Amino acid sequence: MIGALGSALMFQAGYNAAIAALGSALFGAAAGAVGTFLFLRKRSLVSDALAHATLPGIALAFLVMAFLGGSGRWLPGLLAGAALAAITGLFAVSWLTHHTRLSEDAAIGAVLSAFFGLGVVVLSLIQTLSVGEPAGLDGFLLGSTAGMVRSDVVTIAAGAVVSLIVLFLARRPLALIAFDAGYGEARGYRVRGYDILLMGLVTAITVTGLKIVGLVLVVALLIIPPAMARFWTDRLGVMLAVSAAGGALSGYGGAAFSAAAPDLPTGPVIVLLAFVLFFVSMLAAPRRGILARALKARRFELAVHRRQGLLALSHDEPIYDRLTLKVLRRAGFVRGDGVVTAEGLVAAQAARDDEIRRITGERLFPQAASGSVLDPLDVRYTPDEIAAIERAVSERTLGQPEGAA
Amino acid sequence: MTVGSSEAMNAPLRIALSLRGMTVAYDGKPAVFSLDADFVAGRMTAIVGPNGAGKSTLLKAALGIVPRVSGEVSVFGGTFEEGRHRIAYVPQRASVDWDFPASVADVVTMGLYRGLGLLGRMRTEHRRRVGDALERVGMQGFAGRQIGQLSGGQQQRVFLARALAENAELYLLDEPFAGVDAATEAAITEVLKGLRDEGRTVVAVHHDLSSVAETFDRVLLLNTEKVAEGPVSDVFTEAAIHKAYGARGGVALNPIGGVVRAPET
Amino acid sequence: MSAEFVQLSLTPILTGLFAAMACALPGNFLVLRRQALIGDAISHVVLPGIVAAFLVTGTIAAVPMLIGAALAAVLAAVMIELIRRLGRIEPGAAMGVVFTTLFAAGVLVLEQADTSRVHLDVEHALYGSLESLIWLDAEGWGSLADPAALAGLPPELVRMALAFALITLLTVLFWRPLAISTFDEGFAATLGLPVRAIGLGLTVLAALAAVAAFDAVGSILVIAMFICPPAAARLLTDNLARQVAISLMIAALVSVAGYVLAGYGPLWFGRQDSLSAAGMIAALSGLALFAAALFRRGGRRAG
Repeated sequence: MIGALGSALMFQAGYNAAIAALGSALFGAAAGAVGTFLFLRKRSLVSDALAHATLPGIALAFLVMAFLGGSGRWLPGLLAGAALAAITGLFAVSWLTHHTRLSEDAAIGAVLSAFFGLGVVVLSLIQTLSVGEPAGLDGFLLGSTAGMVRSDVVTIAAGAVVSLIVLFLARRPLALIAFDAGYGEARGYRVRGYDILLMGLVTAITVTGLKIVGLVLVVALLIIPPAMARFWTDRLGVMLAVSAAGGALSGYGGAAFSAAAPDLPTGPVIVLLAFVLFFVSMLAAPRRGILARALKARRFELAVHRRQGLLALSHDEPIYDRLTLKVLRRAGFVRGDGVVTAEGLVAAQAARDDEIRRITGERLFPQAASGSVLDPLDVRYTPDEIAAIERAVSERTLGQPEGAA
Repeated sequence: MTVGSSEAMNAPLRIALSLRGMTVAYDGKPAVFSLDADFVAGRMTAIVGPNGAGKSTLLKAALGIVPRVSGEVSVFGGTFEEGRHRIAYVPQRASVDWDFPASVADVVTMGLYRGLGLLGRMRTEHRRRVGDALERVGMQGFAGRQIGQLSGGQQQRVFLARALAENAELYLLDEPFAGVDAATEAAITEVLKGLRDEGRTVVAVHHDLSSVAETFDRVLLLNTEKVAEGPVSDVFTEAAIHKAYGARGGVALNPIGGVVRAPET
Repeated sequence: MSAEFVQLSLTPILTGLFAAMACALPGNFLVLRRQALIGDAISHVVLPGIVAAFLVTGTIAAVPMLIGAALAAVLAAVMIELIRRLGRIEPGAAMGVVFTTLFAAGVLVLEQADTSRVHLDVEHALYGSLESLIWLDAEGWGSLADPAALAGLPPELVRMALAFALITLLTVLFWRPLAISTFDEGFAATLGLPVRAIGLGLTVLAALAAVAAFDAVGSILVIAMFICPPAAARLLTDNLARQVAISLMIAALVSVAGYVLAGYGPLWFGRQDSLSAAGMIAALSGLALFAAALFRRGGRRAG
């Protein structure tokens, strides 16, 4: 299997597998990009309602096509049914949120389950009717690239490319609204119109991905890559690129796995790959990652205790806090038996000088300081302000600093 | 901090709530920094400071609702756990879902939880306490009303009534006068003064400088760090307010000593 | 007819009834806490939990499955909380990340494991198999008093009834802390109530309902019952106790009506095969919510 996977990853597993992998990658990129705006708009889970709502649409479209004669499995027809149902579901969520006191999450859950239930009923009806060829329909639940033919891939790729183009054209207003809807409104953008456009794109992506990822999991590709990208950057352009790349990588890898092991459903593999990317990013990303942030919080905590401990030493106050004592002992400022060392006295005096400057700064320029209380003066103030602080301090070197009593 | 002249001749002050070395940070930035404060029992203390000065954070951290980076809290000389049941807290009105399916009486009854426990029956005495609390805040006719159908001032009165039902010794209030009408402000002030006159302790986060002097006995001026602390007459000076709010705040003291115009908060 | 009804329909109807009410009860608090989608997440992660339990024990015995699923639900809740707090990801997206990932893992393992000799597949997990819970030992209504026949009741029904009883008991017992911390978590914390534990306890309660119901009715019905009856009841009253009571009534009503419609509906059109009962019940519950919303349109701005 490893060998087969290797050859699939390298486009050597045959023409079908290669175009399936390309189609999945293209879809993943489009999902990652569209999902970024959904994520920033904090409406990620709306897409879950939308995805589950496609099931009755698929089933009904199948019924209609089968009754009109034929197998009922023509992909564009099924996807059109899915899109219609998804839009109905979206409308239902929005109506429940705006016209009742239910919050959006309750509306999402209600629409998701009721529509999906209806879809299940229609599927069971199809089984009793024995029309058309319903055999492939359950592929829409969990996705399958194994059975994809060339025309399927073309349909999917077309959907992805069109979505990406529309997204590119509308990226500025979408970004503005995602950042601050109220401001967008004030600037004269039609927020509601662009929200509808975004939801239209989400619908297109969802429907496009049904065949690959399946309707239960397609939402994952709209949510996980943007969440992953968020750890790496604060800039929208970069976030879009990272998210699209993550989506493409997951889609491509999933299809390749599927080609190597045709029994594996594609959707779950794609989702797990996306999660691996997410998890690594959450842990290890610089600045926004968990490790980086935990380190920063701990450093801050120790700095607070060190500062408080030194100030207490300089005022000759007793210290009870265990962590403070530990910090001072580690730094060699206090001996094991609690006696202050020479270094400790020096450091306490330095902390006291610094505190005087800080307090003087607060007094002279109460609202000028930036950064945190513990940052050095030159981070918090401009050079002219620092000069004024130094002057004020030296003018009353012998006096008691105000506020330190 | 020196003891104020008006209090100098009294016996040593009992401290209801004492904070030592308290630092609270959000995302590595301190909201409250290295704060020592003592809230005197039987007095009304205002916590005053500009927006983002850490006033609400201070209360929440003292109560353990938000975590502290450092610092210790003691209540009536004992530990926080020992004194917890003697405290009643009135949160900011905006912090709950007013659409919640509960009536005014339901909310006030929540204040009886310590006495009722999991399954304790509501007895006549409990109903009377709920009724008394509502009467004290002037809401006796509203017991059956759904809480979402009240005005902002009425909602604030319900929160206060819930705290009254707790029959606590120390009342901590977060912005009790924010967004309420003048009548409600007067009614709440009346209730708080009544509590003080019964010997209870009141600590309120407050943002209206002009009413500090006439309503409160003591004040804690805060801007991330403690700026000043003590009796209003000693501490609530132009200099201290400038220090807390900044020189450009546009504060002016009127001839009687009260602040007539608050800086933009 | 009546003997056949007791044999074929009574037990599925009762199982569906208990499942619906067991889910609707904690669902009330989830909806009020704006955590409706925690129910969604939980019902998705029941599958990987059960698959994991199967891998460990090699059987599909009820108890290990329940434990596995409950552990998975707690794991999901903890993961969501960690991603939300440590990763600073908004709750909706954090939930989406966790439940799709766990569900995907469950499906993959299930497809890889040899489950051919046991009744365990993805469709089953989604739709359940309410129709299969027949009571072979029953000969008529009299069997309800016959210990021998009662011993042959489908275990799913017994389990579901017990789960409903336990959930009801716990809800009644912890009603006050649950209500107070749902309304005002900060105030609850100052009362000394363990608000984190209460939140986690509610998740466990919901997981218990989801796990017990899952086998019989599938996860889609579990989500529907978590959300639709409480949401509908939410629109009809301003009193918490009354809301819970109404939600239970709606759950009971749609579960019975849905089963009857799916089982007997096709007969009215002269067809023999029945439709999916779980799907029908879920769809009906959505309809009930829609009806309640139409009835109370604009209730959002009451007063």
